[in-house]
Amino acid sequence: MNSSRCAACKHLRRRCPSDCIFAPYFPSNNPRRFAYVHKIYGASNVGKILQDLPVSCRAQAADTLCYEAYCRIKDPVYGCAGMVSVLHQQLNVAECQLATVKAEVAAIRNDSAALTVPTWFD
Amino acid sequence: MGGGTSPCASCKLLRRRCAKDCVFSPYFPPDDPHKFAIVHKVFGASNVSKMLQELPFHQRGDAVSSLVYEANARMRDPVYGCVGAISYLQNQVSQLQMQLAVAQAEILCIQMQQEQQQQQPPFMPNNNDSAQDEKSLVNFSSLQQYLSFASTSSTNNVMQDPLKRESLWT
Repeated sequence: MNSSRCAACKHLRRRCPSDCIFAPYFPSNNPRRFAYVHKIYGASNVGKILQDLPVSCRAQAADTLCYEAYCRIKDPVYGCAGMVSVLHQQLNVAECQLATVKAEVAAIRNDSAALTVPTWFD
Repeated sequence: MGGGTSPCASCKLLRRRCAKDCVFSPYFPPDDPHKFAIVHKVFGASNVSKMLQELPFHQRGDAVSSLVYEANARMRDPVYGCVGAISYLQNQVSQLQMQLAVAQAEILCIQMQQEQQQQQPPFMPNNNDSAQDEKSLVNFSSLQQYLSFASTSSTNNVMQDPLKRESLWT
């Protein structure tokens, strides 16, 4: 039993080669991480995505793939795209609120300018 | 399904017969082959099929739309995918909320100024309440300090080019 296999090779029940594409990003002490991406993307697709990237970007790519897979498992209908939709709505609400408050500031400033016209000139 | 009906985009790409109960055909019509191609490239046809089969019929349309969105995001940005858009939008929302707080503080400031002007007539050379005035001035200046602190723009850690706001479900 080879205890130095990465989580991917353990899951796939195969030998873990020294140049395994998954090993740096799916350590054996976190088997769920690979299980998530395998369920949603499949090991082959994950391998292709990582292979096509420079080595310096692969860790970040593995993290975002894991996150998206986890979101998809939690929400099988909307996944990560659901969060994007919610954020767009929050952005619209915040923009409307800001426009309203800025209009209020402008109105108060106008009122304030009208009030400060000195009356003792009359 | 009659002989004249063309196979759906998925069965065309997978080069197989399009069955009457094909799980893909309601969502991947033959006139839009790119839609299935991109989902197949990122997720794989087998995984998409399993995901759809685990959902009730009325939710499958939305699921396909979100899968297409995520697949497109991953193709555009192979490193960050959809997560890049989430990070960018969260940053935008935070900035707007900060601007909102500043604008609301500005209203309070102006209202306090107006109250002070109404309480004090313009010419009061011998003001006996100088101590009280100092207190209200102190509160006003601390509010102004808050305004100048809150309005300093923070550096953005924008990960990539901003994404256009686009409709997800059309």
